[in-house]
Amino acid sequence: MTTVVASFVRDVVDPQVQIDAIGLGAVYALMAVGIGLVFGVLRLVNFAYGQLIMAGAFALALASEWDWPVWAGIVLCFAVVLALSVALEWLVFRPLRLQSPAVMLVATFAVAFLLQSIALLWFGPLGKPAASLVTLNRPVTIGSLDVRKVTIVAIVVAAICLVALVLLLERTSIGLHMRAASMDFTTARLLGVRANRVIASAVLISGVLAAIVAVMLTIQFPLVTPGFALQDTIIVLAGVVVGGMNRLFSATLGGFAIGYVSGLLGGALPTDQSQYLPSLLFGLVILVLLVRPAGVFARGGGPVERV
Amino acid sequence: MNALRAWPQLAAPTVLIVAAGLLGSLTDRASQIYFISALVSVAFVVALYVFVGNSGVVSFGHISFVAVGAWAAGVLSVPAEEKPATMPNLAGFLRDTTVGNVPSLAIAAAVGGVFALVAGLALMRLSGLAAGIATFAVLEITNNVLRYTDKLGPGLNVFSSVPETTGLLQATVGAVLVVTAAFVYQRSRFGRQLRAARDDPAAARAVGISVYRQRLVAFAISGVLAGFGGGLYVHLLPTGADSLYLDLTFITLAMLVIGGMTSLWGAVVGALAVSGLDSLLAEAENGLDLAGRTIDLPAGTRIVVVGFLMGLVLVVRPSGLTGGREFSLGRLRPQRPAVVQEESS
Repeated sequence: MTTVVASFVRDVVDPQVQIDAIGLGAVYALMAVGIGLVFGVLRLVNFAYGQLIMAGAFALALASEWDWPVWAGIVLCFAVVLALSVALEWLVFRPLRLQSPAVMLVATFAVAFLLQSIALLWFGPLGKPAASLVTLNRPVTIGSLDVRKVTIVAIVVAAICLVALVLLLERTSIGLHMRAASMDFTTARLLGVRANRVIASAVLISGVLAAIVAVMLTIQFPLVTPGFALQDTIIVLAGVVVGGMNRLFSATLGGFAIGYVSGLLGGALPTDQSQYLPSLLFGLVILVLLVRPAGVFARGGGPVERV
Repeated sequence: MNALRAWPQLAAPTVLIVAAGLLGSLTDRASQIYFISALVSVAFVVALYVFVGNSGVVSFGHISFVAVGAWAAGVLSVPAEEKPATMPNLAGFLRDTTVGNVPSLAIAAAVGGVFALVAGLALMRLSGLAAGIATFAVLEITNNVLRYTDKLGPGLNVFSSVPETTGLLQATVGAVLVVTAAFVYQRSRFGRQLRAARDDPAAARAVGISVYRQRLVAFAISGVLAGFGGGLYVHLLPTGADSLYLDLTFITLAMLVIGGMTSLWGAVVGALAVSGLDSLLAEAENGLDLAGRTIDLPAGTRIVVVGFLMGLVLVVRPSGLTGGREFSLGRLRPQRPAVVQEESS
């Protein structure tokens, strides 16, 4: 028993495991921001976020099949994801804006399945490889560490995106409007914040983030299938709720944390136990939620039932 | 008087179920499978309804109770001499025990109920989004454990040689049992207290209703019914971890939402309507002659159509086909629509 624990601890502090876990955490943090932004203004948990990423990944795979240059593939990926985000906002989020959170949650769950099954019809269950981006998945050796280029790219891109987002939210008027709307939508509207504009910007930014995540995940997992990013989205959703949905900051931290913990567990679990990683992870999620239902990083009481 | 006025609420769904069973008995054997699976879907959807409809809290975890029910009934009813071949690593008790059809269904219900009760002790403390995510976590854990633990069942494989006892009769009787249980529950003081808490949590607390306890009761009962449904399912088709996961969660929720989340009538109508459409599309995927024209849809059309339909219902008529109301003979009188009100999050 003690040797098991000792080897577990040794693996957890292993720099190789650490860097991979941070890389995964960075990608999940970006997804958490995308989900958290839309939740802030719409109070809507977007289950279909993973399918936006899946659509972007298929765009990359198609571009690589057509022998497009890498930049053109990335442009196509952004175009597809943004178009789909805007379409979703128009067709689903907007008509449902006044419904209860339960209805909206189920609705985005339906959209997720719809998009996934369309992909299944279109591309078949085996999916498509996105070969042109594979070079970024090769490792570079720093000291004794093999760091995949994409891990570095992911960490750097995530850092840049988060800083840009903080600047946008803190320094621009649309950012101010978004923050106001996520605190109290009705009052913000009374004070002259235009609802549609705020929602559209939140959806657009969240779409941009989905496209970025699509590129980074496709580099790491070049075989794009209809179930692409589905499991990641479920994990990030859990992370976001565990972190605390009320503030974007705590949601993002939650996303990072669950990616990081998942990376650590993945690296440290003995091979014959590694298939139980999801059980461990979601068991932790339930435990943490029981202790801090409003979120680990949430300030104050959070969304307790108002009585 | 009250009891008299309520009887159509049980009679109407029962008539619909029996009608589906009778209609199925008139068709050829190949088509009967559609009717049987529609009736098993009724059991799933009504089980989900008992919790979601009465509490107003969405659960993504109910298929885990279906799964443990299916596992319990499946493992215990595979003939003893087949077990070493198909499930060589089975734990001792499961390896040595074999039961008949009816006991296996009862065990499935009990296992589903106990699991839901234990999970509910923790989960029902949560509300809103945290509760939704936590039920999802239960589904993930259950699926993960059942999929990789070959001590408990077939692991990555599907069950084989489970006696296929779920025919039209068993499915019809099962669905009627589940509907009756749901009806009795929602007419009981427990069901009424929970619905009061759904519609106005503050007022319900003020009159001394423990929301936690009422939700837990509903969760456990719906776990019993879901486990029973899982037992029916494993006796119908070769079942595995994949068929008791996200797709089934989605389709079950879709049926409930399309029919109308807040009524038993809605749950039954939704299950039968979506199953009917689904069977039609399944036939069409295999090539269907309709009015002289052959329709041949590509495989996978079914879930696209059901997903689209669910989205459409949510956008156009969020309270579902039945408006979330129970069946009533006095339909001509204007009635207030039922509203699901989830606690503010």
